[in-house]
Amino acid sequence: MSILVNQNTRLLVQGITGKEGLFHTQQMVQYGTNVVAGVTPGKGGDWVLDGKIPVFDSTKIAVEYTGANASVIFVPAQYTADAIFEAADAGIPLIVCITEGVPVQDMMKVRNYLDQKQVRLVGPNCPGLLTPGECKVGIIPGNIAIHGEIGVVSRSGTLTYEVLYALREAGLGASTCVGIGGDPINGTSFLDVLEMFEDDPRTKRVVLIGEIGGTDEEKAADFIATRMTKPVVAFIAGQSAPPGKRMGHAGAIIEGGAGTAAEKVNALKLAGVRVANHPEEIPGLLHH
Amino acid sequence: MKLHEYQSKAIFANYGIPIPRGRVTENAAEARAIAEELGGRVVVKSQVLVGGRGKAGGIRLAKTAEEAETVAAQLLGMTIKGLAVRRVLVDEAANIETEIYLGITNDRAARKPVIMASAAGGVDIEEIARQSPEKIFKVHVDPLLGLREYQARDIAACIDIPREYWKSFIAITRGLWWAYCETDATLAEINPLVITANHQLIALDGKMVIDDNALFRRPAIASLRDVDEDTEAEVEARKHGLAYIQLEGQIGCMVNGAGLAMATMDMIKLQGGEPANFLDIGGGAGADKVAAAFRIILSDPKVRAVLINIFGGITRCDEVARGILMAMTDVKSTIPMVVRLAGTNAEEGRNLLRNAQMITAETLFEAAQKAVALVEGS
Repeated sequence: MSILVNQNTRLLVQGITGKEGLFHTQQMVQYGTNVVAGVTPGKGGDWVLDGKIPVFDSTKIAVEYTGANASVIFVPAQYTADAIFEAADAGIPLIVCITEGVPVQDMMKVRNYLDQKQVRLVGPNCPGLLTPGECKVGIIPGNIAIHGEIGVVSRSGTLTYEVLYALREAGLGASTCVGIGGDPINGTSFLDVLEMFEDDPRTKRVVLIGEIGGTDEEKAADFIATRMTKPVVAFIAGQSAPPGKRMGHAGAIIEGGAGTAAEKVNALKLAGVRVANHPEEIPGLLHH
Repeated sequence: MKLHEYQSKAIFANYGIPIPRGRVTENAAEARAIAEELGGRVVVKSQVLVGGRGKAGGIRLAKTAEEAETVAAQLLGMTIKGLAVRRVLVDEAANIETEIYLGITNDRAARKPVIMASAAGGVDIEEIARQSPEKIFKVHVDPLLGLREYQARDIAACIDIPREYWKSFIAITRGLWWAYCETDATLAEINPLVITANHQLIALDGKMVIDDNALFRRPAIASLRDVDEDTEAEVEARKHGLAYIQLEGQIGCMVNGAGLAMATMDMIKLQGGEPANFLDIGGGAGADKVAAAFRIILSDPKVRAVLINIFGGITRCDEVARGILMAMTDVKSTIPMVVRLAGTNAEEGRNLLRNAQMITAETLFEAAQKAVALVEGS
């Protein structure tokens, strides 16, 4: 068991002929992900990866021909909202959006549209999903994580790799790793993923990697305090960040005095979460 | 990206929102000429991208054109919260009867735009929100439907705008909505929107913040950027597509990924040091970008040590190491450097750098410890 992706995932890659799309498709296939199709408008009929993966002009046609049940998006930011709408309208239940820099007004439209459908979006501006040993959707390097019992959920990219690596060095593996992305408005929140981990029998413990900005961590703390039975260890990045400055991620900003690391750490501690002072401390806290 | 008051109000005017007659200038003599055109009685307002200009003495009333010149000269020599006043806006003074707050922003938690309005305008809206939140009326707008007429009417009714002003208030609200949408704003705010003694609604002050991620499709707005307000290093970083924020400490940081960059800064602080900057070189940065990042970090005279923390995933550490070495031949520096490489090809990368007299570390903890020790020892 795992969450969101596993060996039954039939993946479609939107933007498969672009530089990033093609490179990461190759990486995902090497990892063992079942990539069944790609979409690039205007390139329908082509094949990529030595003729192994067919390219279609539209997501709807790709789904009809291949039965894809998940999509990963690598298209440039200006076309991303359209690509998400297209995937949702084609009936794909899981959309993972890697693209960074999507305008926030686009994301508000996307999110309000998807909320009316039975579609789960992960991202944008995220590294994607990894169920070690089974399936990788996105760009998380497969070799840094091993199969195990720890659910990992994070707003960050390389910081997540750092944590997966630290876990592996300590002999700990992940059930599934979910990168929810660093944007202020995204498809999947910490809360959504915690609910899934709570219900997943293979996940025994959870690591949550948050950062400054917004109130997603506080909502997660509330869920942990009231409904979560599995132990959670957390780290919040941005304790040294000044207010009003956007720390790289569009969502990582302390505004109007809200969204500070101290508030988040406090909320999580009150919910019984062990909060690490730095990422390399996480494996130790999980062992206790 | 923040816009100045004069820029925001010019945008509002394009959407049919009445603004006071006035013009922006960089010199006091011209301020006098503008005041003469406007009939003498004017408000001279410093244009800097920080809040609290009024409290800092950056907004002044002048009763005559001569006074406008004097006041403008004073303001143009001022510094407000560290920012030099380079321009003043000279606006016709209004006879204010009522002050209203009207703003649109993104409600992150609701994932929708929210219009906020209050009859208690003129002061800091965050102050009102803290002390008497019941005085703020909020309406969420469905981004797929856009602002509906009834919503604007509801606002007018709920903040007790006299009925004779409803028509113009609704038009202003609609104008502000379109200004917000068509500039990809994250904030569009009129504070105050005033009812004058001549029974007119006028946007006396305006503020807009634009979504940086949307500037690619708003070239006219992007060209409004005031680079005077950024440090040279920040301008340089933007040119190279680097996310860089200058801070107060002595340890320069170069990291791949925003979350990891923050975690690296936190680790420095945890060890008793202070980071000099936030810098994310992004994924797959080439030697050029690494070199630019180096120059930017070292252009900060406060920097006494540099910590490089790279987690190789898809990015290979040996590639990054080569980039660092190439940059080092460009940028001659005696500032000591601590390098921590982990992940893909970390060992190869470390070997390349060890020959270059760099201090290497296995873990982030160790790297920060060494960097802090260097600063303390120097």
